[in-house]
Amino acid sequence: MKKLGTLLLLLVSGIVLAACNFGGGGDSDTTEDGEAMKELNVSITSDPPAFHPALATDTTSGAILASAFEGLTRLDAKGEPTEGMAEKVEVSEDGKTYTYTLRDAKWSNGDPVIAQDFEFAWKWALDPENAADYAYQLYYIVGAEEYNNGEGSADDVGVKVIDEKTLEVTLVNPTPFFDELTAFYTYFPVNSKLAEENPDWYKDPSGEDFVGNGPFNLDEFASADHITLSKNDNYWDKDNVALDKVNISMIESEATALKEYQAGNLDYLGAPFNSIDLNALDGFKEDGTLNVSDQAGTYMIVFNTKDEILGNKNIREALTIAIDRQGLIDNVTKGEQKPGSGLVPLTMTGFEEPADYFKSNDIEAAKAALEKGLTELGLDSPADLKIKLSYNTSEAHAAIMQFVQQGWSKNLGIDVSLDNSEWQVYLEQLDAGEYQAGRYGWVGDFNDPINFLEIYKRDGGNNQTGWTNEEYTNLLNQVATETDEAARTQYMKDAEEILMSEFPISPIYFYTNLSVKQDSVKNMEADPMGNVQLKYVDVEE
Amino acid sequence: MIDKEHIKLNPEDFEVVGERDKEAEQLSKKSISFWEEVLRRFMQNKLALVGLVLLSIIILGAIFVPMFSEFTYRQQNGDYNAAPSSKYFFGTDDLGRDIFVRVWVGARISIFIGFAAAVIDLIIGVAWGAIAGMRGGRVDEVMMRIADVLTAVPYLLVVIILLVVMQPGLLPMIIAISITGWVNMARITRSEILKLKNQEYVLAARTLGASTGHLIMKHLIPNALGAILVTMTLTIPSAIFTEAFLSYLGLGVPAPLASWGTMANDGYPALANAPWRLFFPAAFICLTIFAFNTVGDGLRDALDPKLRK
Amino acid sequence: MISYIAKRLVYILIAMWLIITATFFLMRLAPGNPFASERALPPAIQESLNAQYGLDNPWYVQYKDYLINSAKGDFGTSMKYKYRETNDMIAESFPVSMTLGLEAMFIAVAFGVLIGTIAALFHNKWPDYLMTILAVLGISIPSFVMATILQYYLALQLNLFPIAGWKGFAYSILPAVALASTPMAFIAKLTRSSMLEETNSEYVKMAKAKGISKPVIVFKHALRNALLPVVTYLAPLTAGVVTGSFVIEKIFSIPGLGKHFVTSITNRDYTVIMGTTVFYAVILLLAVLIVDILYSFIDPRIQLRGGKSND
Repeated sequence: MKKLGTLLLLLVSGIVLAACNFGGGGDSDTTEDGEAMKELNVSITSDPPAFHPALATDTTSGAILASAFEGLTRLDAKGEPTEGMAEKVEVSEDGKTYTYTLRDAKWSNGDPVIAQDFEFAWKWALDPENAADYAYQLYYIVGAEEYNNGEGSADDVGVKVIDEKTLEVTLVNPTPFFDELTAFYTYFPVNSKLAEENPDWYKDPSGEDFVGNGPFNLDEFASADHITLSKNDNYWDKDNVALDKVNISMIESEATALKEYQAGNLDYLGAPFNSIDLNALDGFKEDGTLNVSDQAGTYMIVFNTKDEILGNKNIREALTIAIDRQGLIDNVTKGEQKPGSGLVPLTMTGFEEPADYFKSNDIEAAKAALEKGLTELGLDSPADLKIKLSYNTSEAHAAIMQFVQQGWSKNLGIDVSLDNSEWQVYLEQLDAGEYQAGRYGWVGDFNDPINFLEIYKRDGGNNQTGWTNEEYTNLLNQVATETDEAARTQYMKDAEEILMSEFPISPIYFYTNLSVKQDSVKNMEADPMGNVQLKYVDVEE
Repeated sequence: MIDKEHIKLNPEDFEVVGERDKEAEQLSKKSISFWEEVLRRFMQNKLALVGLVLLSIIILGAIFVPMFSEFTYRQQNGDYNAAPSSKYFFGTDDLGRDIFVRVWVGARISIFIGFAAAVIDLIIGVAWGAIAGMRGGRVDEVMMRIADVLTAVPYLLVVIILLVVMQPGLLPMIIAISITGWVNMARITRSEILKLKNQEYVLAARTLGASTGHLIMKHLIPNALGAILVTMTLTIPSAIFTEAFLSYLGLGVPAPLASWGTMANDGYPALANAPWRLFFPAAFICLTIFAFNTVGDGLRDALDPKLRK
Repeated sequence: MISYIAKRLVYILIAMWLIITATFFLMRLAPGNPFASERALPPAIQESLNAQYGLDNPWYVQYKDYLINSAKGDFGTSMKYKYRETNDMIAESFPVSMTLGLEAMFIAVAFGVLIGTIAALFHNKWPDYLMTILAVLGISIPSFVMATILQYYLALQLNLFPIAGWKGFAYSILPAVALASTPMAFIAKLTRSSMLEETNSEYVKMAKAKGISKPVIVFKHALRNALLPVVTYLAPLTAGVVTGSFVIEKIFSIPGLGKHFVTSITNRDYTVIMGTTVFYAVILLLAVLIVDILYSFIDPRIQLRGGKSND
């Protein structure tokens, strides 16, 4: 018995010892000059997958990087490009050469931000050795794609340092949205002096060598626990930064984040931070606190046109029509999304009005198309039609896919089975064409229709439908060189019409940004890309 | 001296009493077999009977309710997150499906998985643990280390591989749950055997020439039954929850099919606005586990040779 | 004793080799690619990624590398979080899980044994039934339901505890209770069952006959023997609990190790899968060894013997 007692004692002392592992500590809540600190509390689901601007591919990493870094331009609260590191920009007649004059800005360690920092960062991202997923964002620059593919050299990339404060960029084609691109994280500079000394600078985000040029410093990073940002006193526009401190905790579960918000421990819920738990949307709608804005994203079902059944255009049309999009939005997704009418979201210039390529939930028309398709396939009844609808595992996708399944089975009488797999496996299945119909979502990186239309320019890449169309490709080639904005938009509209007449995809809905915030929080809203610029956010007592 | 002459034995002096020998050999208590005794004692345990009745109701319900229900488990009725009413006894879920019928359909999957896991555990785990404990030495060492290896290999990977080889559904899941599930049972059985095998009655039986197999089957396992049954009552819920977890990761039963575990999993974030989505599947899990527990305890008491009167 | 432990350590090494081998082949056979990305990657980048992590080597070279690196305890950089070393991930998150796990173990063992003993002492009386019902609830309520209910009512509604996070002792109470509920119930049942056996055994009857008081019998004789199956169960339980729980960590936002076991697999993050598996295996095997040694302390009838069969 004594021995048992010793055992218990050991256990207890173990706990006491282990209790030393609790984190935390006293944080003072005032600034040096005694004013009340302006603090914002938000949360993200997990560690950001990347702290290096060139390696980031997601909005969570993007939100943090946009706080710690700044590109040649910066997006304002509405998502429009505004002044950043570049004080002045000159664009050549043909729209292909940009000459930037940098302002006197400093890195957070006091080093000046120089043109070399941009050249270094962009070429680092393009270096195939560094395997940056998003290197293609830089393909608008001459020689970038070749270098990234291992066919060209770094010296041929069209980025030239004229002097410390002047940078010249040469583009392949005139690119009307290049000002937006330079605000994107793949285009952020890195401190070339430090990065050359310590190539692993980004691996310790709270370390000394992690320096930024943005409105905030990354003070603390505790994996799976929290990130702390504090105002950067070396930032050129620091007078327009209201917040002193941003506490970003990591909360994986949306249900937990919701409770923290309800308890007042979080100031904001919504993209790019923790999203609002679906079950709480009705409540927030009722008390009028839910903010809804359009997002540049399309949720869709892609069809494998190389498949025996779905190779038939009429079948694809029937399936596309026979989805009750409004019913889905009202009852299942609940986020006041807009019914999907085409590929390009309604946030894009020239695409604001929903197109009428097809009439959603017109069961008669769907049945007629189905009838035609069945005859072409030599099948007798809809029941002979077996379709597998694939999606990647997630409760939200599962609900949507089950809704679609029910609609297809009930209204068209076809046999639909569901097949879910893990994300990594699902992507492989799509790429290998081992599917019939599958869920797909695309959120724009910048607010230009080309971002979406480009997917279906050629086979492979992000186009898993196997669908290609010569006319479509030609139109997009014309878009690339066209300098007149109206003509360019028309080409893109024509392209979308071609795509939507053959139904390789079935748009379900256009995404919305859903957010709620405490009353004290001001100027915090997501732009159409789903970004929130913490620079502009304020907290009032 | 007795005068023999005077003793006269007349047949009339005797009466036929019938076959008295048999009666003499009869025990005062009625002789019954071991299993009759078990049954008798089990029936005396009221709590265990309640459990048995409950379990029967749930199993019968799982078989018959979906056949006669107005709704099907996958049918979306257009009433989203509706509270329990006379139309939907248990309310509806986020897709407007009747939870009542889904609970009964879910019972088929959950109870089947629970049973299958328990039976496999029992067969492999008890045999493995008993042999290891009885043989001891190097055999024991090797057998138990094999068990350790199986616990340490990530079973999620095993499930993923099984799903490549097999169709998604119950079979790969039961295999995956069983691969590591029986190890606990083996450990517990082994420790019981270790405790029992040096006891006097076992030594006595061994001295009398009983074989190892006889010892295990007749003496050790019946005495270890308490711990074995307790472990089994844990196996069933843990199998049900493992299924829920695998489904959550997308490795379980394909939608729109549902088990109690997946329903509870879908329902718990809705605790604040649609508590019935969590309550009913969770309540059914509790009731079933309760029933299994009481039946298990009843069986344990009934089977325990030491409690025999 | 020392030769016994030495022998066991050899077995542990063999077991480790088997575990690493099995895990290596399982994860390489599993479909899915660690670098699969929503935006399709140019082949040059895919190749460069594979080269960075040695995935372009033939399988036997990779296998050899994994064995050598595992022996050295160096598992490499995560394939998903490319700025994180697997070893750092484990080193940072394990202490958190261990703290929480030990707390949960303490609750589970202390209350489990107590409840089980009370139930056995009042066999078939109302305390027994009450304890049985408690135990059944503990076993049959899934930990995620338990956690959600505790969090919703005690933390959000009544404001008695913090909702989530890991900033001090108060933050660990609800997750520890949620984590402890199932093992506690199980320990209670196991204790009750073996206590019943022990109180019916000859030596306890003898002790009773000798006039020894009931508490002395219970605590000095019966409980000690009754705990043997409980201790058996403690080894895998400890290994499982101190390495964290995916579900509890998720609900309470705890920066523990448990999530890595699941997310590394769903991400196909090979280096982290191997690191966490080896780490867990070492803890499990050592826990089992310690428990086997503990046996001989608790039950003098069992002797540890190396190698020799006692059949």
